[in-house]
Amino acid sequence: MIVGNRKSLEEILRMVRSYRKILLLGCNECVTVCAAGGEREVGVLASELRLARMKDGQEMEVREHTLERQCDHEYVDQVKPFVEDYEAILSMACGAGVQYVAERYRAKPVLPAIDTSFLGVTLEQGVWSERCQGCGTCVLDQTGGICPIARCAKSLLNGPCGGSSNGKCEVDKETDCGWQLIIDRLKELGQLDRYEEIIPIKDWNTSRDGGPRKRIREDLKL
Amino acid sequence: MKTKSNIEKILEGGGFVLTSECGPPRGADPEVIRRKGALLKGAVDAVNVTDNQTSVVRMSSLASCVILKEMGFDPILQMVCRDRNRIAIQSDILGAAALGINNILCLSGDHQKFGDHPMAKNVFDMDSIQLIHTVKRMRDEGRFVGGEEVKGNPVLFIGAAENPFADPFEIRAARLGKKAKAGVEFIQTQCIYNLDRFERWMKMVRDRGLHERVAILAGVTPFKSAGMARYMKNSVPGMDVPDEMIERMKGVPKEKQPEEGIKICVETIRKLREIPGVRGIHIMAIEWEEKVAEIANTAGLLPRPQPA
Repeated sequence: MIVGNRKSLEEILRMVRSYRKILLLGCNECVTVCAAGGEREVGVLASELRLARMKDGQEMEVREHTLERQCDHEYVDQVKPFVEDYEAILSMACGAGVQYVAERYRAKPVLPAIDTSFLGVTLEQGVWSERCQGCGTCVLDQTGGICPIARCAKSLLNGPCGGSSNGKCEVDKETDCGWQLIIDRLKELGQLDRYEEIIPIKDWNTSRDGGPRKRIREDLKL
Repeated sequence: MKTKSNIEKILEGGGFVLTSECGPPRGADPEVIRRKGALLKGAVDAVNVTDNQTSVVRMSSLASCVILKEMGFDPILQMVCRDRNRIAIQSDILGAAALGINNILCLSGDHQKFGDHPMAKNVFDMDSIQLIHTVKRMRDEGRFVGGEEVKGNPVLFIGAAENPFADPFEIRAARLGKKAKAGVEFIQTQCIYNLDRFERWMKMVRDRGLHERVAILAGVTPFKSAGMARYMKNSVPGMDVPDEMIERMKGVPKEKQPEEGIKICVETIRKLREIPGVRGIHIMAIEWEEKVAEIANTAGLLPRPQPA
């Protein structure tokens, strides 16, 4: 899932300071799972905003609405009947959702309430962790199912740097060394000999470096 | 001989190599390099020049190498993958060779989090093993990473670092094996304080026959004080300082600690020389370059062979 973090109330208040009527849009997908921008978080933020503005004597109308997804136009289009009643849209979706809403409602300022962080998993209740950087060329078959690009602070492809210590990364003692995880897993799988293979210099063209990416399935197009 | 490197020449002749390092200043004054260089004159066979070590901005390694080259040194250009992509790296390799640099040390580089610009974007387009292969291919096959022909191959003696004290220990020799396969010709190790662990690593290296393919230069750093020993143990990633060494430093009065640190360093060098497969010593006297000649002399490593 895409993991995000809600921005601070102060930052959000600054973004909306010139508006008196806003539409606060939640998203029922990833940001709901990571408790950043789902229906519940929409309710909490709406109350916080109303209270803060009331305290300042600048009351603001906040309409709460949560879409199934903000990254599909059939859902984004559902707010069309009432979007005109608001001066701005505050989106609690990931960066993709915020932008897609902005594309569909070109006359409305669309503001982000979330800092989109990473592609990750739920480790336990309230804890999420990065797993993938969407580089476009997966190497997980060679590295025991653990990604050196996402999980090594230096994205090293051929093994741990000299800073790996007691299973932890030199950058942060709380972070596992990605290469320690890879070596442990290769050992469990009886594939430690795979470590001896040199992974050649990567073609980053499939990653962000190659420019904005697009995927087209001709067979699915209408 | 593949290159004009002084250390390659000594190694080919079966000699024991001595290298040291020079950290460039955090400013544009070339005199700092010249002063540090003067302290190393005649004491070493080649001098590493660090590349923005610990991710702190300093005068470029290549510029500092050229200053040392003008003083008659055979500099070792350290190059990290943190700050340059493959275009810049290959360009600097060509530039270094054009300026008469004979040696390169291929490193991943410290993470920028430790430096003076933790907010920087890092590159890591390639890793140190891929960098070794890049230099090797440019030199021996005359090809860039992208496959185009190099017109005028860069003739550099290829080195890298290895840390026998980092984890996971069991793959540390295998990692050296990958570097050997990629084309590395000499290795300088992380500072050695834990000789038992270093010997265990060397045994793994010899079992793979890697000591015959790669010249291993054992790294040492003298302690200036007990405080430095403690700092190295607790705060420098990938450093293994046994407690008894800290106790030994603490056991002498403060004013005698620098002397004790040098004594430990010399003793370590003597022991390292006895380990089969160790082909040289790399003294990293951090901001203490004036002690390198004394250490080398006391350890019986002087005089150095005259470069041709």
